[in-house]
Amino acid sequence: MKATTADQNTNVWEGGATKPLGASYGKMMMWFFILSDALTFAGFLAAYGLTRFKFIDVWPIADEVFTHFPGIHGNYPMYYVALMTFILIFSSVTMVLAVDAGHQMKRKKVILYMFLTIIGGLVFVGSQAWEWKNFIKGEYGAVQLKDGKIIQFVNQEGKQIALADFAEKNNPISEHTRYNGLWNEKGETTSEYTTEGILESFKHNPEVGIRLEKINPETKQKIVILNKAEALKYLEQSARVVEGANLEVNEYGSSQFADFFFFITGFHGFHVTSGIILNIIIFANVLLGTYEKRGHYEMVEKVGLYWHFVDLVWVFVFTFFYLV
Amino acid sequence: MSAHHHKETFVTKYIFSLDHKMISKQFLVTGMIMGVIGVLMSLLFRLQIAWPEHSFSIIEAFLPERFQSEAGVMKPDIYLALVTIHGTIMVFFVLTAGLSGTFSNLLIPLQIGARDMASGFMNCLSYWLFFISSVIMVISLFVQAGPASAGWTIYPPLSALPQAIPGSGTGMTLWLVSMAIFIAQSLIGSLNYIVTILNLRTKGMTMTRLPLTMWALFITAIIGVVSFPVLFSAALLLIFDRSFGTSFYLSDIFIGGEVLNYQGGSPVLFEHLFWFLGHPEVYIVLLPALGLTSEIISTNSRKPIFGYRAMIGSIMAIAFLSTIVWGHHMFISGMNPFLGSVFTFTTLLIAIPSAVKAFNYITTLWKGNLQFNPAMLFSIGLVSTFITGGLTGIVLGDSALDINVHDTYFVVAHFHLVMGVSAIYGMYAGIYHWFPKMYGRMMNKTLGYIHFWITAIAAYGVFFPMHFIGLAGLPRRYYTNTNFPLFDDLANVNQVMTVFALIGGAAQIVFLVNFFMSIYKGKVASQNPWRSNTLEWTTPVEHIHGNWPGEIPEVYRWPYDYSKVDENGEYIFGEDYIMQTVPLKAGEQES
Repeated sequence: MKATTADQNTNVWEGGATKPLGASYGKMMMWFFILSDALTFAGFLAAYGLTRFKFIDVWPIADEVFTHFPGIHGNYPMYYVALMTFILIFSSVTMVLAVDAGHQMKRKKVILYMFLTIIGGLVFVGSQAWEWKNFIKGEYGAVQLKDGKIIQFVNQEGKQIALADFAEKNNPISEHTRYNGLWNEKGETTSEYTTEGILESFKHNPEVGIRLEKINPETKQKIVILNKAEALKYLEQSARVVEGANLEVNEYGSSQFADFFFFITGFHGFHVTSGIILNIIIFANVLLGTYEKRGHYEMVEKVGLYWHFVDLVWVFVFTFFYLV
Repeated sequence: MSAHHHKETFVTKYIFSLDHKMISKQFLVTGMIMGVIGVLMSLLFRLQIAWPEHSFSIIEAFLPERFQSEAGVMKPDIYLALVTIHGTIMVFFVLTAGLSGTFSNLLIPLQIGARDMASGFMNCLSYWLFFISSVIMVISLFVQAGPASAGWTIYPPLSALPQAIPGSGTGMTLWLVSMAIFIAQSLIGSLNYIVTILNLRTKGMTMTRLPLTMWALFITAIIGVVSFPVLFSAALLLIFDRSFGTSFYLSDIFIGGEVLNYQGGSPVLFEHLFWFLGHPEVYIVLLPALGLTSEIISTNSRKPIFGYRAMIGSIMAIAFLSTIVWGHHMFISGMNPFLGSVFTFTTLLIAIPSAVKAFNYITTLWKGNLQFNPAMLFSIGLVSTFITGGLTGIVLGDSALDINVHDTYFVVAHFHLVMGVSAIYGMYAGIYHWFPKMYGRMMNKTLGYIHFWITAIAAYGVFFPMHFIGLAGLPRRYYTNTNFPLFDDLANVNQVMTVFALIGGAAQIVFLVNFFMSIYKGKVASQNPWRSNTLEWTTPVEHIHGNWPGEIPEVYRWPYDYSKVDENGEYIFGEDYIMQTVPLKAGEQES
């Protein structure tokens, strides 16, 4: 391209292999790719928004779903997701420092900050896996009625209690044998509890009430029914026991919540994972001194752009699923 | 990107070529093969719709026995499958990849003055992904139960439940796989086109000295980058509904009396996501054709294009508006009528930039020194069908009117004229015009005239009567209309249309013969056969790696200095065209 290099005074839009906005074509490509990927996420989040508004009165309350913190028992809503968000954003900071060190051609610093970025990414993906595990496993267990609604159980103060707190495990399937186990051929989730067993236990436990998935618009809490006779009217319609959440059912309420949660955080997690892999490749190149020989660290900048984008998307995902 | 020579083997030259000129030929030929398949399908289902349940030996020969209800009669599912695959192939494989892929690759480096695309590897990857997705789409024709049959818009639940109709099973899965790969190739290709135009222009090639072809292809690539990912979102959610038991698009469904375990989803959600691509897709198809036409009309009128900057502005306006009008495809989906009127408003706004373009073409032609070669005829044909189809667009864009003719043949007539026929004309115009650049030979003019006139008459013969049967209420996508006494009067019209379709189809054989004959036997082309201004005609006829043997030429003027005269009324350089590489003469004003 030497033959066509324009003199430095010309306008950047003039042509002659000048770089509009001072960006090389590779960086420009990354920006347009990010634009495109942003619209993929926009599509998902718009779909989420539409569905959520459709089910606004039965949408699970995030504070009640994500309550775990590793190593500690008890109710800590949002603590852990706040921590992992912080870690991810901090990995963006280290990425910026790596890019900056690259501009100054300080290879050792690039190595350090890229390494920290990769660690941050790995911790985030690991945390997300742990969040998934808790969500899949569930905490309390619930009953799904024939019309698909979810019924949870509460004590006299209206606080949610687990099936284990009052019901007996009486489902023979729970004895694992080769042909009869939790993983059966139909692929349905089976439980150690049965609807009949829960109904029996419910009748004999005066302490236990139920909670509908519907939200009381005034208190912003789910509607609690402590009256035994009224509660039984619901429970007699029981279709199956639900423990945890998957793509078909969700013990916390609307199954759409679980569908979108797994789908969107999964898609984001896939992006983070790809980002980590890209970072590792670039990191290896930095270690080998490839960019030192090339004379610039633009590749670090390009993966940096992608990494910041992935972090920015998480801010939206986090806002829509956890905060709002 | 440098011009140094290295040894080319057959594989690196013809198969995994990184050269944009070879890749453009690969796109063109693949697109043409897909086009032949798509057109043949349309002829088969036109036979069925004109003579319902009549036995045809061609159907007996073409379709496997399991697709025929009796010898020579196609089954209803297969009618739907043919309509679906015809739409998919024509919209995506012929008019998106075939048109934009061919001419973006051929023209971008040549017209902006670059050695090659920014990334030759990504360009090669883009073509081969397109090839793989075409192969998968063709393979889907051969699965046991038939290919996807939910229409090219693949609305759920037909597309979401594998057990819904025969084509919803493996056929639909292959459709989705093919389209996912197609979206990837479109993204990779578009990124390359955009950055090449932004970063690799030669010296003096400012954005406002770019030929309009470049502007059209540039904006098309941007629309593609913005809208295809949303189709990807929609398709991914659909795949989850099909395979992993989620209910994004499904709710309260019974099949054969059995309740399925789906709750709370909404098929309207799919329609929104789909049409957010679906409408811009129309412009992804049309804008390249308009870009090619701008160049050809100006060259062959020997006049500068009228309203160069207005043309750029209207391309941008169309691109912007195209992303906020998708709801006009969904007026009867149960969408809020107020929202419908908002979409009506934005849709009708598109008439303004479209009219600017149409008037500019006509004004460019006005009092021009018209050269009626086949490329010019097809370009004028495009302007004609663009206006005819565009006018019915105003009818369909208005929710109050659209509700009456929704899902009738009126809609079919509209979009076939405005994007189908117009874009195909643009593609033909481009092929006739740039054939000398691609193959170094000229196409036969006489065959070109025959091809144009039969095609033009046949296209109007097929699609013009559709307006009337549509207004009479005939619904589209029906296997047969004979079961409804209401439509008995329209049977003859359908037969006339099918006859025209067959004639039009036959005319394309003339083109194919001309095309392949000319590659080997055509008259050898001169360097600038159309006496055109743009940079591609400064390259040697024989293709070389790096496009220009020496330095890349510098650009001093815009590309439309045709018939430019000095104050005495004399041509400034003695010719009625001045190439972009010619510096301004002393005292000459830049146009």
